[in-house]
Amino acid sequence: MADYKYILDVQDLHTSFRTDKGKVQAVNGVTFALEPGKTLGIVGESGSGKSVTAYSIMQILAENGNIESGKVLYKGEDITKWNNKQMAGFRGKCCSIIFQDPMTSLNPVFTIGNQLEEAVLLHTDRNKAEAKARAVEMLTLVGVNEPEKRVKQYPYELSGGMRQRVMIAMALACEPDILIADEPTTALDVTIQAQILELMQDLQKQLGMAIIIVTHDLGVIASMCDEIIVMYGGRVCERGTADDIFYAPAHSYTRGLLRSIPTTENNGERLIPIGGTPINMLNMPAGCAFCPRCDDAMKICLTEVPEEIQVGETHRASCWLNVKKMYEEGSAQ
Amino acid sequence: MSEYLVEVSHLKQYFPVRNGFKTIPLKAVDDVSFNIKPGETLGLVGESGCGKTTVGRTLLRLYKPTSGTVKFEGEEVTDQNIHALRKEMQMVFQDPYSSLNPRMTVEDIIGEPLDVHKLYKTKEERREKVLALMETVGLNAEHAMRYAHEFSGGQRQRIGIARALAVDPKFIVCDEPVSALDVSIQAQVVNMFEDLQEQRGMAYLFIAHDLLVVQHISDRIAVMYLGHMMELAESDELMNNPIHPYTQSLLSAVPIPDPNTARKSKRIMLEGDVPSPLNMPTGCPFRTRCRYATEQCAQAMPELTDRGDGHQVACWNK
Repeated sequence: MADYKYILDVQDLHTSFRTDKGKVQAVNGVTFALEPGKTLGIVGESGSGKSVTAYSIMQILAENGNIESGKVLYKGEDITKWNNKQMAGFRGKCCSIIFQDPMTSLNPVFTIGNQLEEAVLLHTDRNKAEAKARAVEMLTLVGVNEPEKRVKQYPYELSGGMRQRVMIAMALACEPDILIADEPTTALDVTIQAQILELMQDLQKQLGMAIIIVTHDLGVIASMCDEIIVMYGGRVCERGTADDIFYAPAHSYTRGLLRSIPTTENNGERLIPIGGTPINMLNMPAGCAFCPRCDDAMKICLTEVPEEIQVGETHRASCWLNVKKMYEEGSAQ
Repeated sequence: MSEYLVEVSHLKQYFPVRNGFKTIPLKAVDDVSFNIKPGETLGLVGESGCGKTTVGRTLLRLYKPTSGTVKFEGEEVTDQNIHALRKEMQMVFQDPYSSLNPRMTVEDIIGEPLDVHKLYKTKEERREKVLALMETVGLNAEHAMRYAHEFSGGQRQRIGIARALAVDPKFIVCDEPVSALDVSIQAQVVNMFEDLQEQRGMAYLFIAHDLLVVQHISDRIAVMYLGHMMELAESDELMNNPIHPYTQSLLSAVPIPDPNTARKSKRIMLEGDVPSPLNMPTGCPFRTRCRYATEQCAQAMPELTDRGDGHQVACWNK
């Protein structure tokens, strides 16, 4: 196997969907790399392409979806070239995904144990009895009480938090290198959300897998991630460490987003919303996707897509304002 | 006349649930009392299934309470005066997709309350009023003939708000009005709620699970758990000085969008899940997950008592 520094290296990914109203470019040139054992957060609002990015990696897009170009390197190998059989081996064993809604992502007619064993039997050479033992072991690991009793129960008998734990157990049963969590706690209550986030962090320490968290909740990623990418309109507009993004945002969209959320500090003050309405993917602007809602938009933003430039050691952003600022500083010196 | 706009005392709302051959009561709201002053925003927070939505709906008489009273402007809310009452109290729903009739134009959706309460004399007057309302909530008046599906989530929520404002109510129950909206749109709608309150002096019961939003908009906040009121205090007082163990853990579980604070803060983890409301623990419903639970907690539910400056807490040990 080839030498690799990154467990997952996504390069210039383009994914589109055919619809009755025309082609929708859901992911438009996304690039990121993930080191083993690290946590990456992908944040953005609905329609920003964050979930489609995750589904493209797993190749579980809907019928009308298509990866147009770009590479997804897993341990140095381009998995977009793999056939269905190879991908079936990849999903679950190398990379697992947990979905937003634990109510609908479990099969209601099979027991919890049955569904957990399926993954183990499929991907490892354990026999049935060993798979059963593994199911109980995994449930214990994710903090489900009375695991021996739970394996015989059906999903409807468990609460939302318990079901999400079962989903995590299922995802981790074959010890994948990467766990993709697509809005893992959005459907859960705050106290249960805290439990699940803590659990994911603990399991990462024990098992050492890399995690990709896809979410719209800035609060969730603030405490969880080593690196964050902010997406808007199918493109990455900013990437950096949590400190870069939260304390020195270098893209108008990120700045607007951080201003618009209520925090303990701006209590009593008026919130500063981002104007306009979310982007219509069928009718994308020619230049920067955020331009129609941006307060500081310039002429160039209308026509040209900004390039990504380095704004800090670990921090990159795609905004013409940074280019302008650099130019002004350069000419001043 | 009393100083309060809405007075709720010992409200109980049970729903019959069939369990095998027996029918047992599901105690969605159990002995809840609170008041709302004119022009005030009371935030109501709690986890799913704690009865916060039921409280809002019972206030509007969408349900008939099992026992207890709801008084509006000093008068008890009964079936007899429901028509007059709905002119003073309105509701904004959580889901802007399912709460608007897809077969009606925006003009008819917003105009329907005007029809019901006969608030116009001529067709022109109705149209004028609808257009004025659309402008108030920041909708383009040219879109009056469109249908709900042609609007985005944030705009639909504005339509729902315009409909509630049509009868010029004194009190609006907002049931998770921003939960279904994108982060960048939430602030627009929160600001609009605040502006409208300033202009019209309405009172809100603001039901939500996002504590940071609730803190931002509310004057006072009430915390519910499994049908019971656990704590009620001024907004800042509750956030800075929570007394009830449940409120403490709820606040510590809120993910703070600030990496430094998030790294420093210590979460108070709650063990286990919320008990089923069909099989409630005796006494205080929180005792099964509470660090401070004692014998006394299993015996009886503590009363909501004042700990100074209107900070009310229902706990034996704190």
